[in-house]
Formats: sequence, C-alpha cells, structure tokens
Amino acid sequence: MMARPSLLRHVIYVLRSNKVTALASAGTLLLVAVALLAAWIAPYDPIASDVSHALQPPNAAHWAGTDQLGRDILSRILLAARLDLAIAVSAVGISFAVGAVIGGFCGYRGGRLDRWVGRIVDVLMAFPLFVLAMALVAALGNRVENIIIATAVINLPFYIRFARAEVNVRRNAGWVEAARACGDGPISVVLRFLLPNVLPAMAVQISLNLGWAILNAAGLSFIGLGVTAPTPEWGIMVAEGARFISTGKWWLVACPGLALMLTVLCFNLLGDGLRDILDPRMRT
Amino acid sequence: MTAPLLQVEDLHVSFSTRQGVVQALRGVSFSLGAGQTLGIVGESGSGKSVTSLAVMRLLDRAGRITQGRVLFRGQDVTRLGRSDLRELRGAAMSMIFQNPRAALNPIRTVEQQIVDVLRAHRSMSVRQARAEALDLLRAVLIHDPESRLAAYPAELSGGMCQRVMIAMAMACKPALLIADEPTTGLDVTTQKAVMDLLAGLTAERGMAMILITHDLGLAARYCADIAVMQNGEIVERGPVAALFQSPRHDYTRMLVAASPRRDSTLADLAPGLPRPQAGARNDGVRVPGAGPLLELTHVRKSFPGPVHAVDDVSFVLPQGGALGLVGESGSGKTTLSRLICRLADVDGGEIIFQGQSISDMPARDFHRAPQRKLIQIVFQDPHDSLNPRFSAFDCIAHPLRRLEGMRDGAALEARVREAAGRAGLPEGLLERFPHQLSGGQKARVGIARAIAPRPKLLVLDEPTAALDVQVQAVILQLLDRLRREDDIGLLFVSHDLNVVRMLCDDLVVLKQGRIVEAGASAAVFANPQADYTRALLDAIPHFEPACHAERESVAL
Repeated sequence: MMARPSLLRHVIYVLRSNKVTALASAGTLLLVAVALLAAWIAPYDPIASDVSHALQPPNAAHWAGTDQLGRDILSRILLAARLDLAIAVSAVGISFAVGAVIGGFCGYRGGRLDRWVGRIVDVLMAFPLFVLAMALVAALGNRVENIIIATAVINLPFYIRFARAEVNVRRNAGWVEAARACGDGPISVVLRFLLPNVLPAMAVQISLNLGWAILNAAGLSFIGLGVTAPTPEWGIMVAEGARFISTGKWWLVACPGLALMLTVLCFNLLGDGLRDILDPRMRT
Repeated sequence: MTAPLLQVEDLHVSFSTRQGVVQALRGVSFSLGAGQTLGIVGESGSGKSVTSLAVMRLLDRAGRITQGRVLFRGQDVTRLGRSDLRELRGAAMSMIFQNPRAALNPIRTVEQQIVDVLRAHRSMSVRQARAEALDLLRAVLIHDPESRLAAYPAELSGGMCQRVMIAMAMACKPALLIADEPTTGLDVTTQKAVMDLLAGLTAERGMAMILITHDLGLAARYCADIAVMQNGEIVERGPVAALFQSPRHDYTRMLVAASPRRDSTLADLAPGLPRPQAGARNDGVRVPGAGPLLELTHVRKSFPGPVHAVDDVSFVLPQGGALGLVGESGSGKTTLSRLICRLADVDGGEIIFQGQSISDMPARDFHRAPQRKLIQIVFQDPHDSLNPRFSAFDCIAHPLRRLEGMRDGAALEARVREAAGRAGLPEGLLERFPHQLSGGQKARVGIARAIAPRPKLLVLDEPTAALDVQVQAVILQLLDRLRREDDIGLLFVSHDLNVVRMLCDDLVVLKQGRIVEAGASAAVFANPQADYTRALLDAIPHFEPACHAERESVAL
C-alpha cells in the first residue's frame, strides 16, 4: 500500500502551501508537548507557596512572576495546559462522537426520529449555553468530569445539526445508493460511508470548538464552578489575579490570559488546514 | 477577402497545479469569419473549453496565456485591459455555458437578469430594457413569455433555462457566440429544440458561432466547419462532409468510427477491440426455455404530487437478455431502475425475479435478501457513485466483503483483479482514489464493482451519458461481452435510442411513467408506432453524409 508515504507527502504539501496552518500546527504541537511534559519542564512546584517571594513581577528567576502566595506563575501555566487541554479534548471528543452519530442517523433516516431529535436540539439551543453549563455543573457537583460533561452537552446540539445537515445532502448520492446495492444496511451506510465523508467538513468545527471549549472551561472555573482553588487552571488563575489588577500587578492576569488566548488562536487557525489534510480529494 | 472576425494564432495556455505547470493548449490556431459556424470537438481534457475561455479571457487564476494572440476584429484580446474586456464580453462576444441553471442567478427573476445585461452594455431606460427583454424571450420561442419574465430560474425547466441563457447572450447582438456544451444534461428532444433555435438565431442575425461539444453528431448537424482537438492541439480542421468522409488524422478517424450512426453495430464503433466469440451466441437470438429472469406486472410508484412517477408498467426480461428502457428525464426510467434494484419501494404491482416476488420485502431490509447479490446496478454518474474515501480497489472489493463475507487476502484480491480485468480497468489504477481517475476509468470501476459479486441482473442507468464517444463505444462492447460470456441479463436505461438499439434485443419506451411503445429494438427503430418514439428518434443528431448534403441543399 502506498497510502502512508503519500499521506505524509500530502501533509507536508498542505503545511507548505499554507503558512498559517503550518504556524498553527507548530503551535498546537508545542502546546501538546508542553501539556504532556509539564511535570518535568516546570521550573518550580506549582502548588508550593513561598510567601517571602509573593507578588514578584517577571524576573530572571520567575519568568512570569509569582502570585499572591509566591507560587511560580509560569509553572502553574504549564501545568494548567494539561488540565485545560484534557478538558477541551475530551469534551469535544464526546460531543463530536455522540453528535455525529445521532445527527448522522437523523439526517439519513429523516422522518419522525429526525423531527423529534430536531425539536429537542432546538430546546437545548434555546438556553443561554453558558448558563446551562453552570446549571449542569452546579447540579452534578464541582468536579472535572462534570465540567467535561457540561461542556460536551452544551456543544452537542451544534454537532447534531452539523452532521445532520451534511449527511442529509449526501444521503441520495450515488455512492450511498451503491453501498445499499452492495448490501449495506443503514447502520453501516451511516457509520462507514456517510460520516467519514462528513469528517473533513467537521474538522473545521472541531478545531474551532476546541478553543471554545477551553474558554468555556476557564469561564466556569473563573466564576467558581468547576476546578477548585489550589489546582492550577487558567480560568482560576485569571480569576485570582483579577483581584490584584487594580494595584498594578498585571502579570497575574496577563500571563495565564495570554496562554489562553494563544491556545484558542492556534485551534481556530488550525481548522482549515485540518480539513485539507483529511479530505482525500485534496490529495492529488 | 476581409480580415476574419476572430483569429487565434499559436495560442498556448498553461495551468499551474500541484504537479507543476500543465500545458493545456499547445499552439492552437484557427480563424473564423463573420457569420461562420465552427464546431470544436474532442474528448474531455483535450482543451476545447480552455480554448473558448482563453478567447473570452475568462481563464481562472491558475491558467495563463503564455504565448500567442487572439485577434478579435483586429484587436488583440490577450492585451486588453479590464475595462476594455468588460465592454467586449457580453456585447461583442458572448458565451453560453454548459449548465444553464448554474449560470443563472437563482435569486433574480428572468426579467431582471436580462435587463441587467442590456443596461450594462447599452444605454437604455429600464422601460425600454423591459420591452426588449420580452422581445428576446419571444425570439427564443419560450412558451408564454409574458409570465416567464417574473419567474425565477428554479421555476423553469433545464431547457427553458438554456433558452433564457441564449436570450441573455443574444441581448447585445454580439458578433460571436461561443456555446460550450450548451445541451449537455438536456433531453434529446430538448437538445434538438435548443440547437435548432440557436442555429436559426445565429443565421438570422449573422452571428458567428463556436460550438464546443463532445458529440460529433451534434457538431456535424449544426456547424459548417469542424475542428478536432486532442491534447491541446487542433489535429484536423475542415468542412463537415470532408472531415467525416475522409478523415486524415488517426484520432479523427477513431472519433468518427466511435460515433454511432443509424446503421452502425457495436463492432463498428471500436474496430480495434477484440470481437466477441462469434460461436458463443448468435446475435439477437434468444435461448428459449430458460424462463424469465425479471418480470414486472403493473408496477406503480408515485411521489407526493399529482403525477405518477411509474404508472402500470409491465414487461419481461428473459434470462441473459438485454432490454432497453428509453425515455426523457421525468419519464420515470430512473425511478423504475431504483425500484427494480430494490432501493425504493413500489406502491403497487409486483416485481418477480427468478420466479420469486421481491417487491414485498421493504427496501430498507432488502440488503439482507438473498437476491441482493444477484441484482446489481451501474449508476448514471460514474463520479458520484464512487465513495470519495475509497480507493478503486476498495470500491470493487466492497460488495465482495459485504455480500460474500470475504476477508482481506489473496482470494479477495484475485476476485477484485478479475472483476477489474473484465471491466477493462488497468491493475495499476486500483490504488487510486476516484478523483484521480478519468470519467471512463471511473465508469469501469462502477461496472467492475457491479459485476464483482457475479450478479444475474445488471441494471445500467445511463452508464455512458457522461462519457466521451470513444469511451462509450468501449463500454458498450464490454457490456455486450459480459452479457454473452456470463449470461448476465442487462436492463439498459437510456435516453439514447440509437445506443439502446445496438445493445438491446427489446426496448420499452416510457413517457411520464407509462409505456408508450414496446417491442424488438430493430422493429421499433425502423418503424416506430408512437409519435413520442418518432420524436425521440428524430432528435438524435447523426452525421450521415447523405443527410447532411440533403440539409445543405434544402438550406440553399
């Protein structure tokens, strides 16, 4: 099979022809590496407080300064990357997997199932999403798993709609009928034919959504729902730092805020490139 | 003699693609006088459309004119600035595109669009432009022009959309009209009406026309001169009669041979191919006593709306026989083929396959039926019918994995290679994805996939409609051989009576879901009973030299 080298060549081609994608990919890779290696590359213990060095501005020993308890902000940002990425990836993964399957079947089958799911999705979307996430976390309990579940649930309607619409336009395509003539039932038509073909278009959505999910998780922590205090997390760090911003201690907010912004930007820019990589038609 | 209207000199066009620079035109030269008609024919990818786009300077960003000149009334089009070009396009030369519906703006009415064109090039009031728009619609012989003015493109049929396009192209009385495959995708009868109109209008107004088409018969019928293109070059140019009676270039000769005439047989179309074993089976003679393979009795199907898509259709296809299902779009032939393949449910009547009724099982459960494997279908659009994410190998292997439960391995590979070989698909192409294959190659993948599970009935839904003539010729012969060697029954759905005649013993003519005529192909072809059949037959463009001479003498 020649698939492997040609895939690699294809990825290289996409990255070379699109500098923004290349940059975003590099940023994302860096982010993932940091998240995985945070425990080893962090210069200090992110939780150990050292009050004698509290509230130091960025300097040679503490590149991003220290917070009110003297904890090294850079170490905390690095460790928080792991948690925030994990939350975002698993939340988006769940909503993508569940949403694509539900939306795929609705789009292919149509009829009563489609109408009912459509109405439920409409109801879900009628809530202010962040408030819904707050309610879910408040009801389920202040834990990381529940942040993931809440983020996944509020994302779900978009994936269902997207998959439904994309499958719907393809369900009468010749290759779908051909698959049926080859003995495929509805389950394998949806899972093995329709959804893989919808994937490139959904990649853009997924990538944009990752950034959004990180913001959402950080937002929940910011208002005190979700990850609790000593754990390093970007949202909490910004929330805690906000108390000091009026006294000119900008780095407490700016550094985690910058990390958050760059991460979201990377994911947003990655989308188009990801679609080009996943679509076999671009591989000529 | 005065200078010609359009003179193309040594035109080179190249496209920059991922693989590097591709030469699309390599030195095309031709000239066209005022009021002359030129047909440009050639297979897809030969550079016909690129030529017309280059003349209009409408090439997309990847394409570049690297060398040569295009002189229009002595003015070099390749050197014109944007504003000069805008004045030229639409006013002095205009173009009609392949897909009329896509070329019209869907959210503006017909009147608004024609008025836009008129007012862009000629200084006239809105009222004048409206009056002129109505005159134009009358000129293109659209039915009920007054009420069509307010219509949106979506409310018009394909033929009517093309008439509107023609009206827009004619609006500013251009000296040159380029028609790029103007009737592809239209029914034969509509094609004839549209082409007759186009030819009449251009002759009446003294316009020069370039007709770009893959259909040699069409070019012969409506053009005085024909240029044959291959690989970005014009290989031969001459008056129609001379070109067809004594083609000089090999490629022209092949093209002429591959275009079906009124009396040609399958063997005539592609003389280079090995002929089927003469002794295996006699042409046109049925093996009696084998019993019917497929029998339809009073089959009905309707969709929401007043008309029946399929209304009381009954016919019999014998074992190993070939039956043609002929009709225009909307005649229900595609619906019928989907019913027979059990991709849709009948509303009434019965479909009997090998003596067993198969119409009772709902279509959504039919994938489990034992007959699934025996009834296979080849779809109309070879591109659309292949999963973009499957390689050719996977496409062909899919029914084997599904219907015969074969696992990856030597046995599966052997079956795939066998099917590909029978369909004439080179083994080297099996690893490619559909978008990396040409139309003819994709059609072969579709056929290979359908014959891989060794079916007894093959339903072919216009399998050659999207293909070049020489590819069509090869595919038709291939189908005929499969039928003879494997005893596969063929149900051939087509709008082209001439093609059906060559492949099928019997044919059924459908109109609005009803059978208007049925019988042996040769008899129906020679002596059609129904008016509709006669209209269909009459609409097929031929290039019989005799007919052509006759037409010219009438014109004189």
